[in-house]
Amino acid sequence: MPPALKIVLAEDSVLLREGLVGVLTRFGHEVVAAVGDAESLTAAVRSYAPDLVVTDVRMPPGLTDEGLRAALELRAANASLPVLVLSQYVQRAYAAELLDTGDGTGVGYLLKDRIGQVEQFAETVERVAAGGTVVDPEVVRQLLRRRRDPLAALTPREREVLALVAEGKSNGAIARELVVTEAAVGKHIGNILGKLDLPPAEDTHRRVLAVLAYLRG
Amino acid sequence: MIRTVVRDVPRTVAYLLSGVLIGVPLLVVLLVLSTLGLALAPALVGLPLLAVAVLSGIPVGALERRRLALTHIPPPPDPHATPAEPGLAAWARLRLTERATWRELAYTGLLGFVLWPLDALVLFGALGLPGAMIGAPVQLATTSSASGDARIAKLWLIDSYGQALLCTAAGVVLLLALLRPLVLYTRARAALARLLLAPSEAEAERRLAEVTRSRARLVAAFEAERRRIERDLHDGAQQRLVSLSMTLGLARLDAPPELSDRLAAAHREADQVLGELRELIHGIHPQVLADYGLPDALADAADRSAVPVELDVDLPRFAESVESAAYFAVREALANIGRHSGAGRAWISGRYAGGRLRVEVRDDGTGGADPARGTGLTGLADRLAVLDGTLAVHSPAGGPTVLSLEIPCPQR
Repeated sequence: MPPALKIVLAEDSVLLREGLVGVLTRFGHEVVAAVGDAESLTAAVRSYAPDLVVTDVRMPPGLTDEGLRAALELRAANASLPVLVLSQYVQRAYAAELLDTGDGTGVGYLLKDRIGQVEQFAETVERVAAGGTVVDPEVVRQLLRRRRDPLAALTPREREVLALVAEGKSNGAIARELVVTEAAVGKHIGNILGKLDLPPAEDTHRRVLAVLAYLRG
Repeated sequence: MIRTVVRDVPRTVAYLLSGVLIGVPLLVVLLVLSTLGLALAPALVGLPLLAVAVLSGIPVGALERRRLALTHIPPPPDPHATPAEPGLAAWARLRLTERATWRELAYTGLLGFVLWPLDALVLFGALGLPGAMIGAPVQLATTSSASGDARIAKLWLIDSYGQALLCTAAGVVLLLALLRPLVLYTRARAALARLLLAPSEAEAERRLAEVTRSRARLVAAFEAERRRIERDLHDGAQQRLVSLSMTLGLARLDAPPELSDRLAAAHREADQVLGELRELIHGIHPQVLADYGLPDALADAADRSAVPVELDVDLPRFAESVESAAYFAVREALANIGRHSGAGRAWISGRYAGGRLRVEVRDDGTGGADPARGTGLTGLADRLAVLDGTLAVHSPAGGPTVLSLEIPCPQR
């Protein structure tokens, strides 16, 4: 059992807010504040110092991207604060902007559709809280359809691996998903980093850079 | 020429005669209104009456414009503006400040006091008098005066059928001679009416501006409705479906194995609907356009394109209507490229220079696209036209197809 997280949740729909509190509680986490607008989110983070912020993109008062803006500001003030943004849209721009904050670790961009897959959702929450980087598979899938440089140099298998890296999966998880050995995954990742011109250095950070290269096109 | 004159006579007569029929009651109404209005003005009751007298020109003008059709003149357009707000008071205020109202009043006064008597006189002179002369034998035969004579048109006394026949002949000559002057008079009369009742050049221009504005308002309303539908779906159906999917997900955790499969099937179904709804909402109005503007929205459209797209867009933010028109035009172009062009690649470029937004979508397909065939591009051209923008499609057989749009607009 992973450690219980203190979570601040921002979602303007009462229905979803209650549902999310239910799911997060079910997996043993504590929602210390559940708010309905961007301003209360900022205030709640200040007073509770949570382990993770989960926020909707579209929030009152303007019903545009206030939730995302608030998340970006929170990250700007405290780059190590893990933030998981839930979105109703498959939008590269939101994810890319989010990943640009801090060093790109401890952030996630997830479609709201994923909340229903409660176990995977709980996994994602924990991964982001632990400093992982998660980009929704749907965004990844959409990007895969386009062939762009420098990604054009990647083989189909390498693309697949990169997509799973973007979803925040570990080498072990990727190996299980693709039914190959972990060593093979390691080799693929080495090739990807080489082709994207990311010289060997600190490990996780380079994975994030690869995802970023991928998102920026 | 004689033939055209004769052909015009029935309409001419109808025009003058109907003018008299309108003029007589009009004279009475005008006299009553103005007399009563002036008399009661000190007691203030008269003021509304005077206002009614002033505004009486408006219905008369409308009627007279229609009546002009009798003289082969197409009825001129209404010179009045549409009130910006509803209500009788707003209408009256606007009308009293319009020149057209006062020109119509002048015409109404002219019709009531001068024109219809003149019309009657002309009608009598040109038709009544010759008619009476032509009918002299009949009149002589039916007059039972002891003296056996008759006075034609109260002018000439005749007492024999010889004189009567002579009178008839003179009447026919006079009738034929007067037909052309009659028609000419009517034309002059109609021209005067048109001068006072048709909109002046400035008014016509203002009307055109009004039509342009109302078209823009219509497009804006359409745009707002799009946003409203998007919002309703987003805030309603979408949230409920996510909530449903969440409930199903939690239920699956605790369900006994025999129920778990069925719950999984329902869950898949719910997620599929959610995915479809998400795409539908995106198609109605993509949120990224409102949040980030054209460059990111176009990048998003490129992401979704069936044909790989290269993007070269460097643009500031514009008014919502401009961004949305440009975005939907590009999306339609990409859809067409995916469906018909057989292209393997496409390019989007966007620039803002000299106060004009220019976007170009190019492909390496087979060309031969005809914007007249599909309604999609025509609709987009209309939408751009509202913003004074233009859409051009250049697509020779063999390709390539280039769609370019241009909108003059300030930067936001």
